[in-house]
Amino acid sequence: MTRTLPVALAVVGLAVFPWLGGKFYVDLAMTVMILAIFALSLELLVGRTGLVSFGHAAFFGVGAYATVLLSSKSAAPSLLWLLPAAMGAAALLAAAIGALSLRTRGIYFIMVTLAFAQMAYYVFHDTKLGGGSDGIYLYVKPVMGLGSAVWLDLDHPLPFYFFTLGCLAAVFAFLAMLSRSPYGHALAGIRANEQRMRAAGFSTYPYKLAAFIVAGALAGLAGFLYAVKDGFVNPEILAWHQSGSVLLMVILGGIGSWRGAVIGAFAFVALKELFQSDVVFGAFARHWQLLLGLTIIAAVALMPNGLIGVAAQLRARRRASATKIAHAG
Amino acid sequence: MTLATFLVQCLNALQYGLLLFLVASGLTLIFGIMGVINLAHGSFYMIGAYMAYALSPWAAAHLGGGFFTALGIGLVLSVAFGYVLEWMFISYLYEREHLQQVLMTYGLILVFEEVRSILAGDDVHGVAAPAWLAGSVPLGGLMTYPVYRLFMSAVCVAVAIGLFFVIARTRLGMAIRAGASNREMVQSLGIDIRFVYRVVFAAGVALAVLAGMIAAPVSSVYPGMGNQVLIICFVVVVIGGIGSIRGALVAALLVGIVDTFGKVFFPQAAGMLVYVLMAAILLWRPEGLFRHA
Repeated sequence: MTRTLPVALAVVGLAVFPWLGGKFYVDLAMTVMILAIFALSLELLVGRTGLVSFGHAAFFGVGAYATVLLSSKSAAPSLLWLLPAAMGAAALLAAAIGALSLRTRGIYFIMVTLAFAQMAYYVFHDTKLGGGSDGIYLYVKPVMGLGSAVWLDLDHPLPFYFFTLGCLAAVFAFLAMLSRSPYGHALAGIRANEQRMRAAGFSTYPYKLAAFIVAGALAGLAGFLYAVKDGFVNPEILAWHQSGSVLLMVILGGIGSWRGAVIGAFAFVALKELFQSDVVFGAFARHWQLLLGLTIIAAVALMPNGLIGVAAQLRARRRASATKIAHAG
Repeated sequence: MTLATFLVQCLNALQYGLLLFLVASGLTLIFGIMGVINLAHGSFYMIGAYMAYALSPWAAAHLGGGFFTALGIGLVLSVAFGYVLEWMFISYLYEREHLQQVLMTYGLILVFEEVRSILAGDDVHGVAAPAWLAGSVPLGGLMTYPVYRLFMSAVCVAVAIGLFFVIARTRLGMAIRAGASNREMVQSLGIDIRFVYRVVFAAGVALAVLAGMIAAPVSSVYPGMGNQVLIICFVVVVIGGIGSIRGALVAALLVGIVDTFGKVFFPQAAGMLVYVLMAAILLWRPEGLFRHA
């Protein structure tokens, strides 16, 4: 109960938020939710399977680019095929990159995923496929409907808000269920001790590859939402800063917890908004990355278990001092 | 393609490969020996280039020297910088996961880039090569080749030979190699492994700074230059095998050749070719060409 209550409260809070917050904050909340899906997809790899991927932006970016490139300039595309297509494109790329990178492990894996993501970045940056370095616009946003009746038009902010919230809830529920399934337990075993899993008769490679593909498809979903929200994509969304940011969200929130990934996405957006605000930092807001960098360094040094671990850290400290007092008395 | 153009491209490939080796050797040493993934390594290259840009005029005005005085000052500063950096930010990461190392050094990149932006602005700046290296040598009948690029290659070769000598033939090199295979054993034999690590890190920083300084007159200095080099150096380290200096040399030359000739023959796909090479090598040998250092 104590575990599900905060989650339920968060869902209710997000559901009533459009009527409470201003337009700016509702927009920000959508960004947080999209990034939360992105962070959740990486948490499946980093936290659940023990695969530190530093190229996750590639799948986000390909999902976003596929959304824009596949939709027509005049007629509204149907959500029913565009969303699966965007996720499919990301999953396909994840299958190719995963098949190669999963032959390596540890530091190699980090570097190889980064290098492949950079390759995808150059494909969109150097060729005319997606408008080159200038990026490309999404002219008509997707709708869902039957015949001429439109049930859901993502061009309007409110339906889009709830569609995003629904996606986040679905992804969260899907991943929570996945981690309780036999497959999820196998992934946990791989994270803890891959050699032992192999000795126990698991062929670990297909398990890891499946996780990589699922994570890629979910990152593609986040990319789809991003492209629809902003109506514009450029190669920077595949750049390694994006991969670094999402890794930061996962770690900031706390590895090994689905809620941590969502909290991390929220904390990241909040920090970025704070550091970029002219009101708080004046002219120095231009150098917000300096403050972000210093925060990251401080976070690594002081909170090895992320935000979600801070409570446990404080509790442990209080208990330690309490026993000390008891022993002294 | 005439013989002379081919020769020029070969020299370019060699020079680019050797420069990559200079940066990648520090990276592979820090990976292989200390087990630390250092994303900030590209920033050291960037810092080196900006040092050449900032120190050369200053050295000319105050010390009467030029480029080489600046080079000397830069190297001394970089060793001190690497030593302090290891002590302040890296020393407690050895026992932690790679993930925390990634995050810490990623934070350092952001800090270095913004400090660069505050101190030197975001414009592209040229750096003058020393006057006596500014000419060109004739190559064949029609072509010429800049002396400075030959000088760069010569410096890289000299450093490579020095590096192999230190690692293979000296007591310090022995301690470094031993520290890579068994940290506890080296410690119990009375060698201060923390000091060895600090020296390795400082040396890695100095190598990257040196590469940045000598590359500055050719590449000029610009924002984001470090990140570009970093990712190519990752490719080099992955191809060569982590921790292997010899592997880094072979892989750097291979990447230099593929990149240079790729730009000549397939200009549209040049950005991707290096990664295709990496993918091919990974298919063949997942642990890189030279697995053991």
